[in-house]
Amino acid sequence: MERVKQLRLNLTEEEVEHLRRGLGREPSDLELAIADAEWSEHCSYKSSKPLLKLLPTQGRHVILGPGYDAGVIDVGDGYVLTAHIESHNHPSAIDPYGGAATGVGGILRDILCMGTRPIALLDVLRFGSILTSSHSRWLFKHVVRGISDYGNCVGVPTVGGEVEFDESFERNCLVDVVCFGVGKRSDLVLAEARYPGDSIILVGGLTGRDGLHGSSFASAVLTEESEQERSAVQIPDPFAEKMIIEATLEALATGRVRGLKDLGGGGLSCGLSEIADKGGTGVEVDLTKVPLREEDMHPIEIMISESQERMLFVVQGGYEEEVAKIFRKYGVRYAIIGKVTDDKYVTIKRGETVLTKIRAELLANAPIIYRSAKKPEYIEQLKRVPKPNEPQDLAQTILQLISLPNIASKQWVYEQYDHEVGLRTVFKPGQTGAAVLRLPNGRFIAVRADGNSKHCYLDPYNGSAGVFAEACRNILAVGTKPIAMLDHLQFGDPSNQEVFWAFSESVRGIADYAKNLDIPCIGGKVSFYNEDRVSGKAIKPTPVIAVIGLADSLDALTSSYFDAGTRVLILGETRSELGGSEYYEGIHGLVGGVVPQVDFDYEKRLHRCVLKIINLGLAKAIEDVSKGGLAATLAELCIKSGVGLVIDLSKVPNRCERVDEILFSETHGRFIIGSERGKDDRIKRICASFNIPCETIGEVKGGKLIFEIGAREIELKVDDLERAWRSTIPRLMGDEV
Amino acid sequence: MRIAVIVFPGSNCDRDVHHVLTDVLGVEADLVWHADGSLSGYDGVILPGGFSYGDYLRAGVIAAFSPIMREVRRMAEEGKPVLGICNGFQILVESGLLPGALMRNTGLKFVCKWVNLRVENNETLFTRRYSRGQVLQMPIAHNEGRYYIDPEGLKELKEHNQIVFRYTEPDGTPSERSNPNGSLEAIAGVCNRRGNVLGLMPHPERASEAVLSPSGSTDGLEVFRSMLDLGG
Repeated sequence: MERVKQLRLNLTEEEVEHLRRGLGREPSDLELAIADAEWSEHCSYKSSKPLLKLLPTQGRHVILGPGYDAGVIDVGDGYVLTAHIESHNHPSAIDPYGGAATGVGGILRDILCMGTRPIALLDVLRFGSILTSSHSRWLFKHVVRGISDYGNCVGVPTVGGEVEFDESFERNCLVDVVCFGVGKRSDLVLAEARYPGDSIILVGGLTGRDGLHGSSFASAVLTEESEQERSAVQIPDPFAEKMIIEATLEALATGRVRGLKDLGGGGLSCGLSEIADKGGTGVEVDLTKVPLREEDMHPIEIMISESQERMLFVVQGGYEEEVAKIFRKYGVRYAIIGKVTDDKYVTIKRGETVLTKIRAELLANAPIIYRSAKKPEYIEQLKRVPKPNEPQDLAQTILQLISLPNIASKQWVYEQYDHEVGLRTVFKPGQTGAAVLRLPNGRFIAVRADGNSKHCYLDPYNGSAGVFAEACRNILAVGTKPIAMLDHLQFGDPSNQEVFWAFSESVRGIADYAKNLDIPCIGGKVSFYNEDRVSGKAIKPTPVIAVIGLADSLDALTSSYFDAGTRVLILGETRSELGGSEYYEGIHGLVGGVVPQVDFDYEKRLHRCVLKIINLGLAKAIEDVSKGGLAATLAELCIKSGVGLVIDLSKVPNRCERVDEILFSETHGRFIIGSERGKDDRIKRICASFNIPCETIGEVKGGKLIFEIGAREIELKVDDLERAWRSTIPRLMGDEV
Repeated sequence: MRIAVIVFPGSNCDRDVHHVLTDVLGVEADLVWHADGSLSGYDGVILPGGFSYGDYLRAGVIAAFSPIMREVRRMAEEGKPVLGICNGFQILVESGLLPGALMRNTGLKFVCKWVNLRVENNETLFTRRYSRGQVLQMPIAHNEGRYYIDPEGLKELKEHNQIVFRYTEPDGTPSERSNPNGSLEAIAGVCNRRGNVLGLMPHPERASEAVLSPSGSTDGLEVFRSMLDLGG
């Protein structure tokens, strides 16, 4: 163990013992370092694996579920969609520009190494309060710029995302990225070395000291010292990545590439043991063949370096030159570093000297850690906090609400991303909740990622299931059917029983939603150790759920454009569920209350009902109701469509005691539907047949948003709403408005 | 009619332009790798958008020295249509085929959004299907799109009717708000004196199919139709 400390590794005593037993001898320094990278939480899922088994992974569209670099779904006509989710939280907290940029780079290669071309990105970001913290504004600005510079340069559009601000992310921002790829099913390639005699070619950038211990770093809590750890953040080079993407796709077209693995977390050690373990073979490499950035690198450094823009190719023996020619065309560096063997060992040599020979299976399967869980006391306490007083001037409150950074327009963010390149983006950021992309076979996919740390903090089970429900609502609102999901689970230190309790509840909530709604999980990621070094507190639990929807034709797609004369209906009942709402937290500064609950049976009926209404062509436009409740949803609707609305609040089906609850509750399962006069009765009949509450609550007219409550009226000019909604973020970020 | 779409290392919109030419317009077009020498046999050439050579040093400056640019210059001199879109415009400017310079946007940020463009000159090989003063919708996506030229150069541009597109409001009036990058006189595209070389920052290939356009317009398509001299 002393050696482990001297080498600055994170291996536990049990893990060293596991390694010792597996080897049948004392491990060398190199073996300790390799196991440390491979068995980091980040690479091995050692704490989360037992719980993740709860998630359903099978389904009609699923070709490959979790466990690979990306999930694969069948989108028809011989085409597949690949999808993966990743985060780069710790690197971005230290170096926001480089951390966020390399996060994009990493996930692009995950998609690429399945043999598919990356076609779209979603960026899901969480920071501390940009109202009060200049540090958070700095992180926000540079994270967005890092994503922008990288994604734009490689020519993969960033078609959507989400941004949330909460003080728990002050020193541990969350930078999640989802990537999608498209290709032919027949062109899929896996991260495996199946044929002894094949060559292993390392392609791309030089191996250097940047990114050393990156995975272990990601699996430890950020400390004061972390600021000194910039060498653990990789240096981004989007141009090199772009050349790798094109060279890889061209190389794959030769049919000689039989395995492909992105080198990300854990570097060569992870890459080599994984391709051998998955392929049921062994590998033998010579470290003197690895092109290095610095001459004097130690074998340990070479094996665990996480230098960016590198891929491992497994190429059919005898055809190396055919593939190499393509790398030369693109000016991409490559080196044949070894070969596939049949002995099931990872053999690392320096010239003729064998440095280590270790079973691939031992390395690739970290010993599982069974963690214990304890429900924190605050959960029950915070449920019972007294309600705040209802504001006198609710019009003013609505203006304040839509100016909150969590609700205000994110145009400042998405305008910095090229969301058009590739000619696939049908519904663009700001237009609809979910982005819609066309596929080469004439079908359409919708993609959306959601999170809600405030709900999940107060009630991780309902919060997490609710995040899933919210992502699905966005997918349904554009007229597509949810067919698959990805999850990214971000929590504090799993050895903290309360953190692990929240994690377990969250996974349970997601799994229950997935099972009930029959939406399989095709991939995911777990990120632990997200803690604030100053307060010593974990971030609020933050599962991020990405959902993919599919539509067979353009006719199925529904916009969110409401024009004059449109009748406005609401689906679903509004309940007094304001815990974790923007209204409680942003307006009243109140953390507590009961968060929106998820009723799985209701959700099943709702999905079928909404798709039926859309497929019958009864909905001219749809919006889902989420953050900020009915008030924020209708205000945004007015702004985006440039129209006014007159709403009779007494018509809204509800179980609330107060007007503010109807306006601001974030109850799940609600949609706003616009219909032509005369069609609203048909919509109501369909809803009744599914036992979904539905009422006509108003009409699109004039230039004001008006809520009628008996004789009282709340009245807001759409121009004022728009100014408030659009100006918040540019103003906070120092841009002229 | 056969069009060459040049692929530089880092080009991004090469396949997009190729798709519009072949799948939407049904004309013959090839993706030509920049190191593959010759453009003989082509009737026109397009330099697509992207980040050639990562835009390292300065946008378009390295690609301007690619051997293929000799061929592009030859075609320009022969009066054949040469179109540069976004990064392609930057390359044409850097190689001296078009006057002026493209500088960092005034907002110091990448900007991707749909803008309105007014046609200032409909006598070029690329705009003859538009009417003068017509307002078009196309998206922009760039970091270095602020057009600049010295006063002398600007005078010459005007004298020779070389300003082809300006950013405007939807009704065609210019305003500070509608100028997305701080371009001098809201210039979005310029041509050479002969009118056979055009560079523009907006992406006509992204405004060529109704399904991809927020308003359903396909204004960009006419740039290619004009270039190809397609009837109908």
